[in-house]
Amino acid sequence: MASQAAATPREADSPDAVVVRFAGDSGDGMQLTGGQFTLSTALAGNDLATFPDFPAEIRAPQGTLFGVSAFQINFGSREINTAGDAPDVLVAMNPAALKVNLAALKPGGLIIADTGEFTKRNLDKAKYEANPLEDGSLAKYDLLAFDISALTIEAVKPFGLGNKDALRCKNMWTLGLALWMFDRPREPLHDWLRQKFRNKPEIADANIAALDAGHAYGETAELSGPLKQVHVDPVPSEPGLYRTITGAEAVSLGLVAGAQLAELPMFFGGYPITPASAILHHLARLKEFGVTTFQAEDEIAAICAAIGASYAGSLGVTSSSGPGIALKGEAMGLAIMTELPLVIVNSQRGGPSTGLPTKTEQSDLYQAVYGRNGDAPMPVIAARSPGDAFDCAIEACRIAVEYMTPVMLLTDGYIANAAEPWKVPDPAAYARFPATFLAEKNAGDTLLPYKRDAKGARPWIKPGTPGLMHRIGGIEKAVDTGHIDYSPDNHQAMTDARKDKVLGVTVPDQDVCLGGESGRLAVVGWGSTFGPIHQAVGRARRKGHDVSHVHVRHIWPLPANLGALLKRFDKVLVPEMNTGQFKTVLRDQFLIDAEPLTKTSGQPFQIAELEEAIGKYFDGIADNEGGQVPVNEEQLPHLESGHDDGSLNAKASPQSQEHGS
Amino acid sequence: MNAPVKIETTLKDWETDQEVRWCPGCGDYAILKAVQRTLPQIGADPANTVFISGIGCSSRFPYYMESYGFHTIHGRAPAVATGVKLANPDLDIWLVTGDGDGLSIGGNHLMHVLRRNVNMQIMLFNNEIYGLTKGQYSPTSREGTKSPSTPLGSYDHPARPAAFALGSGARFVARGFDVSKKLPEVLKAAHAHQGAAFIEIFQNCIVYNKDVFEDFAAPKGAEAQQLWLEHGEPMLFAGGTRGITLNRDKLCLEVVDVVDGDWQAAGVIVHDAANRSIAHMLVEMPFGPFPMALGVLYDDPRPTFETAVIEERAQASAGKEADLARLLGKGQTWTVSGTAQDPV
Repeated sequence: MASQAAATPREADSPDAVVVRFAGDSGDGMQLTGGQFTLSTALAGNDLATFPDFPAEIRAPQGTLFGVSAFQINFGSREINTAGDAPDVLVAMNPAALKVNLAALKPGGLIIADTGEFTKRNLDKAKYEANPLEDGSLAKYDLLAFDISALTIEAVKPFGLGNKDALRCKNMWTLGLALWMFDRPREPLHDWLRQKFRNKPEIADANIAALDAGHAYGETAELSGPLKQVHVDPVPSEPGLYRTITGAEAVSLGLVAGAQLAELPMFFGGYPITPASAILHHLARLKEFGVTTFQAEDEIAAICAAIGASYAGSLGVTSSSGPGIALKGEAMGLAIMTELPLVIVNSQRGGPSTGLPTKTEQSDLYQAVYGRNGDAPMPVIAARSPGDAFDCAIEACRIAVEYMTPVMLLTDGYIANAAEPWKVPDPAAYARFPATFLAEKNAGDTLLPYKRDAKGARPWIKPGTPGLMHRIGGIEKAVDTGHIDYSPDNHQAMTDARKDKVLGVTVPDQDVCLGGESGRLAVVGWGSTFGPIHQAVGRARRKGHDVSHVHVRHIWPLPANLGALLKRFDKVLVPEMNTGQFKTVLRDQFLIDAEPLTKTSGQPFQIAELEEAIGKYFDGIADNEGGQVPVNEEQLPHLESGHDDGSLNAKASPQSQEHGS
Repeated sequence: MNAPVKIETTLKDWETDQEVRWCPGCGDYAILKAVQRTLPQIGADPANTVFISGIGCSSRFPYYMESYGFHTIHGRAPAVATGVKLANPDLDIWLVTGDGDGLSIGGNHLMHVLRRNVNMQIMLFNNEIYGLTKGQYSPTSREGTKSPSTPLGSYDHPARPAAFALGSGARFVARGFDVSKKLPEVLKAAHAHQGAAFIEIFQNCIVYNKDVFEDFAAPKGAEAQQLWLEHGEPMLFAGGTRGITLNRDKLCLEVVDVVDGDWQAAGVIVHDAANRSIAHMLVEMPFGPFPMALGVLYDDPRPTFETAVIEERAQASAGKEADLARLLGKGQTWTVSGTAQDPV
């Protein structure tokens, strides 16, 4: 998208999209800077997408390569679906940040570097033999290097801060410069800083002074240099109220909305794990919405408590990431066997095992669809963007309640952390699906806890209801009565009933989100690959290629028309951030020759990678059908690089990124 | 629980139509009868009572109780029960577990339900063996236990359930055994306690670990080895001829002889169920040199978890309106007007 089609800020005063990456030490507050720049960008009316990329270490040693934290934002005057491929502007707060991020920068891109941090000691830590700002190695880029550290100290001098505290304002100085570069108002930032430091007015004033100084530096800097002010026009968008939202926020709000639409109190059982913890944090502050949050002793207890709450008449919800989801597997089977509603949110991350806690991947699809003992069918839904996660969470609640079944909602580390503008929906516009509880015996003077309705769902019976005492459990149930029954015919009947119930879940027909309903190539995606696929297919279509984008939300059961739809295309390409899991499901379900395009680097797809893969279908190159995105050797160090604490609030309190430490 | 309504029932009202499938002669039958006898006495309401279990012989218990019942998965009953209680604190929950279910695979959950003090009765049937899987040694089996998985004898040191419970922060710890006539009284005391009430019930597995508790739990003739504790009463056993004293120099319990019933002269101490230090000594008191401490060893309630959760939720919600539309539009927002920015 954006970056490659757009001119760099140096070349044009009004590009239609710009990619900026802020990179610095974990302690430099880059996630905070990026988050605030995102807000001001949203307020300016641009469409945007962000990619916070930070290390698993909470406080990595200062100045090291693995301690680098980065925040990338792509914003423009047209629709933005991805955080952008190559940045136009790289802000490097120290040598390590430059080293780790330089390979991504677009040739001719602008580097803004803080010379105050390019000391011998920091150059050594970043494994630079010579100072790259001085040895000509950056000749193919525009370089703007000056002593941000000294300028910041100067700016905050009147407030009497020590050197260390003064330097903590560096990120605000840099943000001020960025606000000037992109013609953004400072007032919202002033307000935000006053609010954030309301108990420490001198810190607020110092940060405001640093912000203003950075802004003023831009205004008065040498106009003939590489620094130019750039104006990105607002994107035309539907009228309405907008805000920015991350996936974790959207899931939390969607669950609250889902519980309200079901007219149920919500019980959320969670255990700290990256990148899923943010959902627990958000919900813990929404008690007035009938939300009970429970930080359990482990992942298993978190889901078991949620099952207990559902049994007692609440909407049970649990959330985790891959390793925690694996631990919950047996309990999911219990929820399937006892046919209780439950929503399980899986914020996927790189695996297997502990894997890459802070990096994104889509490699839990097999686990979601197939990963339990026995024949244990469960609906699976995947969100494609932060905003979409809101609707998906509501959909998960609906299916769970209407069909008395656990439902898994898949997001990933990218969706969880990334922000995008979101048109605030009207909750009244969503269809309600009130839960009903059995109040009296349902077969004359007999209670049949497993008597099914037209959808195949059994009744929900709250303990405490007079006259409806009964027993449930994980042992195979007799049809209708729910008594223990191991007999062959009964197990066959109950296995079929559980399978048919899930396959019968109402799923909207699959649409084509870009391109025709038939043609030469369908690019089929699911989850967070939506953005890059959409942009890449759009570009290919502008070149005249007959290619369509199909994005699947309902992973299980699949939309009924999906097979027939895909068979109307000559070829089907399935890009995924795994080794080809959805491709396997499509082949299995529809006997189609779905081709995989895989990437497991912990980074989202770039548009260019997908554009190239699509191009190969139309270039007449033999045997060139997708394949694997090659690893960019230059970027390999990224895999062990890190950043800050991962939240937009750069508080000093460490929080664990690891599972259970 | 909020002031429960007392319901009149009989033992028969608590029996289900399901065939009981424990081995003939199993101690579980006696425990089942004791529970079914206790519930009418405390005025329990079957519709408001939930039996929740894990996996193992003991965990079949809910199927035989005419109440609500949830037979969950191995070791996880405390977690399920915590969710049930938080969702509906008015339910009266009885947890049924065993030495394998509660102390091996589910040890973590048992620790945390006790630590949090979730209001429920926790009955741990201790038979020192894995019965349902055909006789492997369990975490409470004594050293040297020969079993299919330890043909030459086990060498792990056994866990002591009551000591585990007290160490986990339990505020009520009691002991009983399957055929004891006093078991209903112990269960009643557990039910009266507001908070997590832990009861270790010695249970005779007649197939795989027959009579391991015979020295103190035989139906007849073992009374001299039972120290039945009662709050405010001297710690006497063997028909009042022996008692427990506190050696204040060594800070340990000792057995003393009582002559002519003069327990005060012998220095026998009076049981104070709220004394946590003495409780620690009682749960650690080795059987053999000492009698088996039975009854309510410790009972000192403190506020329960679910009460704190509910109060916090009420406080946090006070004065706040659950307005979803406003919540969705919170934070820094901006408005796109229809006229200025019509889609191109």
